Amino acid sequence: MSSGRTRERAKPFGSGGPLVYLLALMAVIVTLGPVVYGALGGFRSNEQLASDPSGLPDPWVWSNYQHVLTNAEFWQYALNSTIVAVVTTVVAVLFGVMAAYPLARYRFRGREPLFMVFVLGLLFPAAVAIIPLFILVTRDLGMGNTYWGVALPQAAFALPLTVVILRPFLMAMPRELEEAALIDGASRIGIFWRLAVPLSAPALVTVGVLAFVASWNAYLLPLLLLQDDMRTLPLGVADYSSEHSSDTAGVLAFTTLAMIPALLLFLAMQRRIVSGLQGAVKG
Amino acid sequence: MTDRGAATDAVPVDPQEATRREEPRRVAPRPVGSGWRQRLEIAFFVTPALALMAVFVVWPVVSAVRMSFFRWKGFGPMDDFVGWSNYDLVLHDEVFRDAVAHNFTIVVLSIVVQLPLGLGVALLLNRRIRARGLLRTIVFVPYVLAEVIAGVVWYQLLQPESGVVDGLVRAVGLTPPDQGFLGTPDLALWTVFVVLTWKYLGLAILLFLAGLQGVPDELYEAAQLDGAGWWQVQRRIAIPLLAPTIRTWCFLSMIGSLQLFDMVWILTGGGPANATTTMATYLVSQGTQRHNYGIAGAASVILFVVGFVMALAYQVFVLRRDTAVER
Repeated sequence: MSSGRTRERAKPFGSGGPLVYLLALMAVIVTLGPVVYGALGGFRSNEQLASDPSGLPDPWVWSNYQHVLTNAEFWQYALNSTIVAVVTTVVAVLFGVMAAYPLARYRFRGREPLFMVFVLGLLFPAAVAIIPLFILVTRDLGMGNTYWGVALPQAAFALPLTVVILRPFLMAMPRELEEAALIDGASRIGIFWRLAVPLSAPALVTVGVLAFVASWNAYLLPLLLLQDDMRTLPLGVADYSSEHSSDTAGVLAFTTLAMIPALLLFLAMQRRIVSGLQGAVKG
Repeated sequence: MTDRGAATDAVPVDPQEATRREEPRRVAPRPVGSGWRQRLEIAFFVTPALALMAVFVVWPVVSAVRMSFFRWKGFGPMDDFVGWSNYDLVLHDEVFRDAVAHNFTIVVLSIVVQLPLGLGVALLLNRRIRARGLLRTIVFVPYVLAEVIAGVVWYQLLQPESGVVDGLVRAVGLTPPDQGFLGTPDLALWTVFVVLTWKYLGLAILLFLAGLQGVPDELYEAAQLDGAGWWQVQRRIAIPLLAPTIRTWCFLSMIGSLQLFDMVWILTGGGPANATTTMATYLVSQGTQRHNYGIAGAASVILFVVGFVMALAYQVFVLRRDTAVER
């Protein structure tokens, strides 16, 4: 510290002492404990779980996971979740980037009020409209228990965040590119498809991942709209847990396997999710 | 301010500022800048999104308001207009009043408990310690899991007698409650809150870490040269500079707490003895289980108004400071 200009100057706060590592370790244990418990619990028998709830598998039991993986319902739920999430994501991102484009690149009267419509949309939680939404989808539109019946409302509720995140990205697009394209005779719609969409691809992935994860994890809307073999994974997990409440090990195996897709997606897309959330907060 | 304008900068700091600064430069060159053609293009781009939101957001919200003035069991025409009496029923319903109290308890607890905790872990992880990236990933894992999936695992952990939590409590020499933590009315809401903290602390940590990235290293170094200790630097420099992020997080946390549904529905279903009902669980059970659509509508409107007023008040009294500086 005393010898001025060496690197030490920046260091003292940088590295942590043993106490810091101890606290970090505690945070890790508390965070991962329940997840690890679920995963390990799936490798134990119900007798093992009953005699010592917090022990390790001894011996390791593979049958719980085997049962889930050979359970046609599990795969059906996973397929349903995937289809609903993909449709939600495609609709939200496509409609979102289309709406964000003029809000970012055109100058017209009423632009800011129009943008405010989307900002206000952030304040409408699905819970507020859930009962009329249920009636609308099942009775008026006849889309109860269909993929579209869940995906379209989910996309609609994902749109505000999508537009709010995308607009600044599109605004940052250099004007020179657009002007060059205009001089070359491109139409505005051509510029949108061939310039704006490719240039904002990273932001599109961000909002896409956010919409996908929200749909994948959604519970309330699917709970009201989907039954039987149309159910998504969260519904499947909840129902399996209450139907097989005596088979704790089976429930844990089912739940663990249902976690995996979201975790993998998170690990693959971590930086995008993080930057998207940060953008949403700053934006 | 350079001549190039902010639009060419790599970082989109403030888009509105960017366009405003551009304005004087662009007077003439606008080939497709005006007239019906531009309006048509705008309509083409914006209509799908607006139509989707009109059908699936605006219309249901309007219907909820309409529904709240009728007594309707879900079949036949909605023609039994009852004025404000659904609101009267809801606001005098002990269960709903408790639900509102539960929501606000969670709002306050979240800020009082999760804020210092999240801030602490974020300051901790902001040091140049080993495996920082890995730690950051791990801390964020619960946030990515579906609330339902996290709820089911915690439900198993919290089973009375056989659950791991009861085992741990017994291991340290205490007696767990007979009905389990979720089955005891006095403890259930606190237990739900603990699980929510586990689930959502990662978001706070992540946002605070992002905010801390924005604090220039020079400030830390300067303070260190002046002889400030670690804690002093955090308290005098890092935390004040983090204030906008903290205020934003508080806003998100507040809105989330008011809309709480999934976790409660999985862990307790609102029980035991309505000890954990929230506004959202109340309206869903009134609507789907008892088919009191009018009452569910009134509860929806109240939930929205409460959220809206809180959001507005927060915007005016707290967040205004941030936007006033930025815009």
